[in-house]
Amino acid sequence: MKTIVLLTLLMAASAFADESAIKLKEGAGRDLVEKDCVACHSLDYIPMNSPFLDRKGWEASVTKMIKAMGAPIAAEDVPGLVDYLVRNYGKP
Amino acid sequence: MGFNRRDFVKLSTSGLALAGAAPWITALAADAQLGPAALPQGALESSLLDTLPGKVALIKKTYRPPNFETPTAYFNEAFTPNDAFFVRYHLAGIPQVDAARWKLTVGGEAAEKSFELNLDALKREFEPIEIAAVCQCSGNRRGLSIPHVPGVEWGYGAMGNAKWKGARLKDVLARAGLKKDAVEVVYDGADGPALDKTPDFVKSLPVWKALDENALLAYEMNGEPLPHWNGYPVRLVVPGWTATYWMKHITSIQAVSKPYNGFWMEKAYRIPKGKFAIVDRFISQETEANTPITEMVTNSLITNLQDGASLPAGKAAVVRGIAWDGGFGIRTVDVSIDGGATWRPADLGADLGRFSWRQWTYAIPAPQAGSYMVMAKATNAIGASQAFDLVFNPAGYHNNVVQRLKVQVA
Repeated sequence: MKTIVLLTLLMAASAFADESAIKLKEGAGRDLVEKDCVACHSLDYIPMNSPFLDRKGWEASVTKMIKAMGAPIAAEDVPGLVDYLVRNYGKP
Repeated sequence: MGFNRRDFVKLSTSGLALAGAAPWITALAADAQLGPAALPQGALESSLLDTLPGKVALIKKTYRPPNFETPTAYFNEAFTPNDAFFVRYHLAGIPQVDAARWKLTVGGEAAEKSFELNLDALKREFEPIEIAAVCQCSGNRRGLSIPHVPGVEWGYGAMGNAKWKGARLKDVLARAGLKKDAVEVVYDGADGPALDKTPDFVKSLPVWKALDENALLAYEMNGEPLPHWNGYPVRLVVPGWTATYWMKHITSIQAVSKPYNGFWMEKAYRIPKGKFAIVDRFISQETEANTPITEMVTNSLITNLQDGASLPAGKAAVVRGIAWDGGFGIRTVDVSIDGGATWRPADLGADLGRFSWRQWTYAIPAPQAGSYMVMAKATNAIGASQAFDLVFNPAGYHNNVVQRLKVQVA
């Protein structure tokens, strides 16, 4: 099953070439987002959900990804991830 | 290939983007939008028209998993073309299913026996039924929530109407023989998560709904095999209920004696109790606070005018649209051109079945110059109508707020 999923992902990566065109805003923590979020979804989920989430809202989103969706995000990455999202895609 | 919004306007004014389309499509595309202005700014900026293999250009919300919305212009047709039908996935592991090797496993602890079906057997051994039905994402129009809520920020296009042909789910379940203690029917599709730890997209129906004569294991859509992105080779069709139950690439159906507690039933797709005029209950899944979403609420969409449109004075105009509900059927559509002060009935088009949407038109013989506020409000056969004020809920479901389109006549 795992192999199938991996193969599918490889196929998906080539099928959705335009995903690579998504450029998140520059800023401290962008590397964390690019490392921790892309295993499961393209990064357009982030600008799409902006700019209306406050710090609590982005914290809840990151927590949902870890707790409900099983994202393997290290605890020490979380503050930097949330800071980046709030600063660049948070409610003004 | 991708277009940004400016490219799209340029292309469509030159008639290229929707070449060969009906005149009303090109007319609309000239001032096309990627969704209503009330969507989150970031959602508008990050969307563009892009083409999945086998599809026409749709409004890209996200690439992976793919979430693509149908531009409003296509809703001027009674049935949504397969290649323009919206695409919605939760999880990014989406295999190309080989129909020759596809199998459906039917059984479960609350079934007398289990068996497998291939596509030939599903087509040959069960009576084929065809039903016209609206397939609408629970979160269609989520992007219009006030305040905005997280999720896929859909505008008006996470829906479509099609003729679905397939075997009745109840006929397939009859072969398995449901035991008396069967409570729900749990089903899974071939798509899965990128990571093992992510909950697979598995859904359930109460037994009474699974035995509804209209629920189908569909292998055709508008007379063709289902497109890959809409569930090839077989998807579940649950007329009247929101699309979360319409499992794509379905591979397994299991009758169970206890409520299914997977993430996508227990935590997701829930609405607060008592806020919506809903008839169908999913009692085995209800809690004190909330309940699974069930049938669609009464709704309508104006399909040939956008907010900010202008019309020539003194020249006959027509407001065109569609109306649908959770399967009772549409009784009336009323239109107001004065911001809701006065309402007059629209002319309803052919009745294509109670699960289909109903087309309607409203003639304005000779509009005088001025500003108009055009609104449409559908009412179904049991008297349920649309909301004037948003019924807020945290996931942005069941948005059936009456549209208000400013139209300038000059």
